[in-house]
Amino acid sequence: MVNPLGKHTHPYIPNSLPEIKREMMREMGIKSINELYADIPEKYRLKKLLNLPDALSEFEVKTHVESLLSKNKTCSDMPVFLGAGCWPHYVPAAVKEIVQRSELLTSYTPYQPEISHGMLQALFEYQSMICELTGMEVANCSMYDWASALGEAARMASRLTRRSEILIPKIIHPERAATLHVYDEPAGLSVKQIAYNSETGQISLEDLRSKISDKTAAVYIENPSYLGFIETQVYEISKEIHEHGALFIVGVDPTSLGILKPPGEYDADIVVGEAQSLGNSMNFGGPLLGIFACRDDLKLIRQMPGRIIGMTTTLDGSRQGFCMALQTREQHIRREKATSNICSNEALCAVAAAVYMSLLGPEGLRELGETIMYKANYAIHLLSKINGVKTPVFKSAHFKEFTVNFDGTDLSVKKVHEKLLQCGIHDGKDVSKEFPELGKTALYCVTEIHSEEDIERLAATLEEILIGR
Amino acid sequence: MEGENGMFKQAKWNEPLIFKLGRKGRKGHILPKVEDEVKRAVGDVNALIPENMRRISQLRLPELSEVEVTRHFMRLSQMNYGVDSGLYPLGSCTMKYNPKINEFLANLPTIGMLHPYQNESTVQGILEILYRLERWLTEITGTYEICLQPAAGAHGEFLGTLLMRAYHKLNGECKKRNEVIVPDSAHGTNPASAAMAGFNAVVVPSDENGCVDLEALKAAVSERTAGLMLTNPNTLGIFEENIEEIAKIVHETGGLLYYDGANLNPILGKARPGDMGFDIVHINIHKTFSTPHGGGGPGAGPVGVSEELTKFLPVPRIVFDGERYRLDYDRPYSIGKIRSFYGNVAVLLKAYAYILSLGGEGLKEVAEVSVLNANYLMKKLKEIEGLTLPYISEKPRKHECVFSAKPLKNETGVSALNIAKRLLDYGLHAPTIYFPLIVDEALMIEPTETFEKEELDRFVEAMRKICEEAYTNPEAILQAPHNTSVSRLDEVKASHPRTMALSWRMYLKKNGQNL
Ligand SMILES: Cc1ncc(COP(=O)(O)O)c(C=O)c1O
Repeated sequence: MVNPLGKHTHPYIPNSLPEIKREMMREMGIKSINELYADIPEKYRLKKLLNLPDALSEFEVKTHVESLLSKNKTCSDMPVFLGAGCWPHYVPAAVKEIVQRSELLTSYTPYQPEISHGMLQALFEYQSMICELTGMEVANCSMYDWASALGEAARMASRLTRRSEILIPKIIHPERAATLHVYDEPAGLSVKQIAYNSETGQISLEDLRSKISDKTAAVYIENPSYLGFIETQVYEISKEIHEHGALFIVGVDPTSLGILKPPGEYDADIVVGEAQSLGNSMNFGGPLLGIFACRDDLKLIRQMPGRIIGMTTTLDGSRQGFCMALQTREQHIRREKATSNICSNEALCAVAAAVYMSLLGPEGLRELGETIMYKANYAIHLLSKINGVKTPVFKSAHFKEFTVNFDGTDLSVKKVHEKLLQCGIHDGKDVSKEFPELGKTALYCVTEIHSEEDIERLAATLEEILIGR
Repeated sequence: MEGENGMFKQAKWNEPLIFKLGRKGRKGHILPKVEDEVKRAVGDVNALIPENMRRISQLRLPELSEVEVTRHFMRLSQMNYGVDSGLYPLGSCTMKYNPKINEFLANLPTIGMLHPYQNESTVQGILEILYRLERWLTEITGTYEICLQPAAGAHGEFLGTLLMRAYHKLNGECKKRNEVIVPDSAHGTNPASAAMAGFNAVVVPSDENGCVDLEALKAAVSERTAGLMLTNPNTLGIFEENIEEIAKIVHETGGLLYYDGANLNPILGKARPGDMGFDIVHINIHKTFSTPHGGGGPGAGPVGVSEELTKFLPVPRIVFDGERYRLDYDRPYSIGKIRSFYGNVAVLLKAYAYILSLGGEGLKEVAEVSVLNANYLMKKLKEIEGLTLPYISEKPRKHECVFSAKPLKNETGVSALNIAKRLLDYGLHAPTIYFPLIVDEALMIEPTETFEKEELDRFVEAMRKICEEAYTNPEAILQAPHNTSVSRLDEVKASHPRTMALSWRMYLKKNGQNL
């Protein structure tokens, strides 16, 4: 075969050495590997070589990919104030080191627990820490992402309540709402949106009360909300939901839970969320890490999607151990009656999150929440002083993301964005089309990686742009 | 058996749960500081949080130094077995070597620090990579367009069955066409995905050759058929020779043909699902394209489709106008979204590097050697007493072969599970067991192309010894494994309502300790 070294073997294919092939074929009593393909009908045998680039040496692959990637401008090249479900946070070196340990990295789902004990324990620790953060008692060991976790949570609620209506807030990430729709429409679920208080952004309890009924399977809220503010009526909402026999699903950004009340304490039944923010790079939006947790209630647990690691002992009882639990919910056993089709998940991202939470500890997670909230509110403080800029749009407390409105200026969000980018700053996400009622509005995100200087530069540049007109 | 001479010995740290480690006040990481000016301007940040929303309860996480955290997880890693440790012949999982250069590239900050909503002008490099990968994967699968968004194979299946739904809906047949046909040898995700997309799964049996029974298929299809899900080669490793006829039967009734790409590896550059008539194809990037499984994920499950179905794909689509790459959301027929953003990009980047490292010739070599290795193992294992190879044992397999340990079990009491456990003692991973469901005491063996003959021979030798041992000293096998970090686990206890502990919190509660 052709190969960059011009020799007839490839570094990834030890048996590509012709004499080994010959040796093996001799033992098998065949003359050519093509004999093993004889059963593929002639008309389907590919007669041409795949039209792909020629193989490159490792060095060439490296320089090629590096040079393509260097065309990107990243959050290290310029301050980027984007969030909306994927957030720039620092990933400690120890996290990166551990998830590159090849025994973890190159292992499969722990079907053979005795030889996969390390991964099982790490995943159990992840589940346990997610429970501590969210105030729930059971967590699975990952979903693909927040959006698909939400889709599965709604289906689970519908199975449990045998009802088919899901109420979600009007203020929700459009991609999450779209994913929810795609997951739930085939199951016959319908989704209705609850209005918000135009002053505060908070869920309109009145609208919730008018829409909730004995058809409601679940009500979903996000805290902090998609537009960054903290929803405070959680006890009223929870009470309303449970009085109607529906389930309460809460979506979270876990970096807030060192300082915000965990959903378990306001009686959430299911918690979903995005844990990319815990020790995982953004990677242009994937892989992500969907959180899925619920209360310690067998009825709920038996309807959970995804893999769950449980604590057990060795058969002789001599030692604690871990293995996959409740597999009878899953597709490989239950097939079309499974609680979900999920098989491969985001396990290694969950390990990263476990390492991250272990490094930060209770104090670190509290500090993380405080640091983020300080910096985001500092940005609010500076930006709100700029003439024509209104931030945040809603009179509510904001955690890490907040809306910035430009109705008082003659620039569109897009124009502001272009001008900031010219100055080497990437602003937030334009949400003017998503929420026309909010006018010319963008969603900004500030985390612990943004320095005072970054924030001041943003404010000063924005002011220049707006005044310079 | 413990300490048997010359045998494998896995690390056996007595590593407590991390919750039991550390000391109050220890810190594993220092966060960037909050500058004085920021503090001054904002005031007390906790006062900003409405009182009823403040966290009051103590966060019960361990308090550890970085040193202890690193050591803890390093020890856990040593109690785990990966492809880099040795043969990992899990059938259907394609556990091949994960090239190191791919890991290096996927860990560059020039991808890690990219936000998905950045201005397109700042992400041209990654868009170019994804766009080219899409082109390459269409070429490899013989499809028209590829969507890179699904996070795994099953996610791709879900998308695929949703595409069936969208297609039939547009034809006004969605209500009527509510059945998806799957062979009895199919992976569990196939019927589960079909069910998630709102279909009833209809199972067709395999014939005596281990392939789809054509008569049964003809009887199963009807105007209710939305499509058929098939993997080819199938889960026995046998190529479905009647694929042309199968495609015809399904297409003539108006159904679509879905290709489960878990078994794509042995036909890379040799044959293409698109050419065989498949309308929808998923690819398991974490199998065929060498990206590591990470103990369960993340992987990626791109979906390829025929021209007719492209309009239904999730948004956004990556488009190239000859000069710049763009994300196009303007697709009125799109089913919408199955997740946030664009896919598991860091995983996809590794596949890009992998394809570049091999080229067309190299991928064909991958396929051929994977088949050579599987048939070599099959030939050798056939000679072992106690094992049989169901379904025309003379016929070559492709990437994997499925043995039955039924005779051994009948004669000695040693089951497929016991063989699997005993293999671990040799420092070899076990094959997939009890799948496909149509083989009793199944041992599903897929060596992949990336293991050398010496390692394959070591596996054969271990299998021979184990089967011999079954006849002479079955106790040792029934008690196995002996050389792994832990001995056999009580899986029943883990799922029993009385003993079930799915988190530390639940464990403490069960054991009467207050939170
Ligand atoms: C035949 C087959 N189909 C589908 C899947 C599901 O793929 P994934 O685990 O990537 O979701 C698998 C993987 O285990 C498989 O072996």
